[in-house]
Amino acid sequence: MARRTPEGPPPPPAVQKLRLRYAKRGRLRFSSTRDFSRALERALRRAGVPMAFSAGFHPHPKISYANAAPTGTASEAEYFEISVTERVDPEALRVALDAALPPDLDVLEVVEAGPGSLAERLEGSVWHLEMRGVTLETLTYAVERFLATELAEVTRTFKTGPKTFDVRSAVVSMVATESDDPSCAILQMVVRHTTPSVRPDDILTALRAVTELSPPVPPLVTRLAQGPLLTATAGVADPLAADKEAVGS
Amino acid sequence: MHTRTAGASLFTDLEPLLEQVSKPIQYVGGELNSTVKDWDCGGDVTVRWALMYPDAYEVGVPNQGSMILYEVLNERPDVLAERTYAVWPDMEALMRSQGVPQFTVDAHRAVGDFDVLGISFSTELGYTNLLTALDLAGIPLHARDRVDGDTIVIAGGHAAFNPETIADFVDAAIIGDGEEAVLMVSDLIAAWKREGMPGGRHELLLRLAKTGGVYVPAFYEVTYLPDGRIQRIAPTEHGVPWRVSKHTVMDLDEWPYPKQPLVPLAESVHERMSVEIFRGCTRGCRFCQAGMITRPVRERSITGIGEMVEKGLAATGFEEVGLLSLSSADHTEIADITKGLADRYEGTNTGLSLPSTRVDAFNIDLANELTRNGRRSGLTFAPEGGSERIRKVINKMVTEDDLIKTVSAAYGAGWRNVKLYFMCGLPTETDEDVLQIAELAKRVIETGRQVSGRKDIRCTVSIGGFVPKPHTPFQWVGQLSADETDARLEKLRDAIRSDRRLGSSIGFRYHDGKPGIVEGLLSRGDRRVGAVIEQVWRDGGRFDGWSEHFSYDGWMAAAEKAFAASPWPIDVDWYTTREREESEVLPWDVVDSGLDKEWLWQDWLDALDETEVDDCRWTPCFDCGVCPQMNTEIEIGPTGKVLLPLTVLGAGKAGMAEQAHTHA
Repeated sequence: MARRTPEGPPPPPAVQKLRLRYAKRGRLRFSSTRDFSRALERALRRAGVPMAFSAGFHPHPKISYANAAPTGTASEAEYFEISVTERVDPEALRVALDAALPPDLDVLEVVEAGPGSLAERLEGSVWHLEMRGVTLETLTYAVERFLATELAEVTRTFKTGPKTFDVRSAVVSMVATESDDPSCAILQMVVRHTTPSVRPDDILTALRAVTELSPPVPPLVTRLAQGPLLTATAGVADPLAADKEAVGS
Repeated sequence: MHTRTAGASLFTDLEPLLEQVSKPIQYVGGELNSTVKDWDCGGDVTVRWALMYPDAYEVGVPNQGSMILYEVLNERPDVLAERTYAVWPDMEALMRSQGVPQFTVDAHRAVGDFDVLGISFSTELGYTNLLTALDLAGIPLHARDRVDGDTIVIAGGHAAFNPETIADFVDAAIIGDGEEAVLMVSDLIAAWKREGMPGGRHELLLRLAKTGGVYVPAFYEVTYLPDGRIQRIAPTEHGVPWRVSKHTVMDLDEWPYPKQPLVPLAESVHERMSVEIFRGCTRGCRFCQAGMITRPVRERSITGIGEMVEKGLAATGFEEVGLLSLSSADHTEIADITKGLADRYEGTNTGLSLPSTRVDAFNIDLANELTRNGRRSGLTFAPEGGSERIRKVINKMVTEDDLIKTVSAAYGAGWRNVKLYFMCGLPTETDEDVLQIAELAKRVIETGRQVSGRKDIRCTVSIGGFVPKPHTPFQWVGQLSADETDARLEKLRDAIRSDRRLGSSIGFRYHDGKPGIVEGLLSRGDRRVGAVIEQVWRDGGRFDGWSEHFSYDGWMAAAEKAFAASPWPIDVDWYTTREREESEVLPWDVVDSGLDKEWLWQDWLDALDETEVDDCRWTPCFDCGVCPQMNTEIEIGPTGKVLLPLTVLGAGKAGMAEQAHTHA
């Protein structure tokens, strides 16, 4: 039997690929990846972005997402790529798309994609946790104990069932500092992206196991950055730097 | 006691709970096109509405009625409206343990701080969720226990056409179209506030009742006969009318709402925007409450529709537009509307859908226009009854040949799956009527295989139990019991499956008879049923529209307990499977839907005679009573206008183009 093909001409080809960084802030930290993709597709239409579509009976706009932060965590560094059928000015697109997205989903940077994969550059994340109801002293003790361990196993339930994995090896650095509020210490850490991915709540689970650290309210978690790991400085580099250079050259 | 100021945000209290519940996004608000206004936007006379759709957010947020009222109210500078939905049991438990009251999603204000809780009932199965919301809000469950300063609870929506079942819990009910009614109520509350709230809550409710368009159950006394039937429902206060009239918006073009449809981040049951292309239906299907209570037909003009689609898409970015009504292909200019819209949105991946399409009004040109720019989904038709005879009883004037002709055209044009909706338990129905559905489905498949030349075409039969509804010619009939419904459905399933040649091409989906009995109890209940609702709720009943939460046994046990305490010989069967006589006073007689009770009875007799009644849009008036009683008339086209081409989408594209910008 002949395979059915859609009537009409194929969709216009993509002529430009763009990489975008956005922030998920405030109450919209409770949005999931799927919530964001719905909001984004509608915002792209509202803004009039000349999106490229896949061919076939169910054309989809060409968007690829990279390593989204879990539901409930805020982020200053989420990334995705889109392809368009007419060349656009990245900054004009940023302004238009930002205006079309709900407040608290903010488009921060748009660059034309250079060579190489964006996903591969996202090697690690910088996480910032406001530990409400935890003093600096308590947190410092927990951090020291955690860093002294060689293995910190946690169990999380996946779609395929419970899985136990080590989180200690993914933690590149972990520091406790104070905030303006003495009852709220700050936990900042650099975590390597692994499979399965080690999420901040996995690390909190491990901290609880090591030192019985148990915050009275869940901490406010924000991803500050993600990108290529800088082992020397225990940080991450800008994953769009290569794209910016490619355009500049 | 709370020291919280009225109208203050509860978000700080709520936030830790959001970490612990499923799908927290549904509680945070902030949807595109949502509105947050200053608590005192109208000064001392600000009128504040909390609007509730008593189901989960994902069901409530796309509800057209709620969206319309939210926008209509918020457009008024001195009125504010926010939305609240039923919270899932995981959230309810946390809210109870942490003392967080029922909140609005817009500004996270306590529902108990608002002047009015307006609650829209599309179905009776939301009643237990009303009780949860009232309890969480700190509003006394019973209207009689509320005092000055407590929120006024007003019900609306189709289920409110029999407000007696929930008379214990609501202060008032508004019957019919809400757009003008909510503004009228707002004006009245503002005036009462301006005067210094004379006479308190009682006086306000009395003023509402005296308008003749708001039913206040507390101002009516119901007396009963020893056998349990109602003897009389009579007003107890001077100036309160014997019957309350429904509201009818006549010119839909004057009410182009929602102008700014809400765009939720969370997934909802309708991932599209909708434009109501007409209201009302006069096809006269006798089982259909919506068709009876929304008369007469009032069309939105083709140009009005075009404008709403244009503005709505620009405001939302949805990729599908539903052209909404009770029978969308019946719009006098549907062909021009669908063609005009398909032309306008050519190449934009914007789909059109007609959620309700009659078999006899459907044609392939229409279907092709609908799928020109969007995705081709399945086709759904609702013959409702399996046999020619039963379709005459219910006045669904569709012949088997109509149906076969339509589906063969569909299969011929490339559709692979056709869904057919039916009901089981219709008045006078026998096993044979229902088994005829199997024959019909087989004929559909045979025809489909012939015209398409393929074996992989399918047809899905979807069937549920019929529930007799108030204000219909079937309001007197005995409902088929759950056991009999289930037995009949089982026979039908066997008849379909036993056919070796065709059976495997026919899908069979059914809803068992049990939820229908509870819906029947609530639909045709009176204020004595309130005790059952309350008992079910106290026993933990929630979300009765969801099969995973619904408990038939819970309802039956609660009913037994509640009715045993009543002085009358009443039980669930008395409310559901019992046939009523013409002379019986029905609980919803206090509501004037415009339909003449004698006409309804005559239509019921016509049903028994298998006599069909035509549509008054193209045959003379058959005196259902609505137009003269309500001083309304049919408002239909054609207008003869067409939709002009339009640069509709991508208006921002030019500003974004690379050549428009100078690069350093």
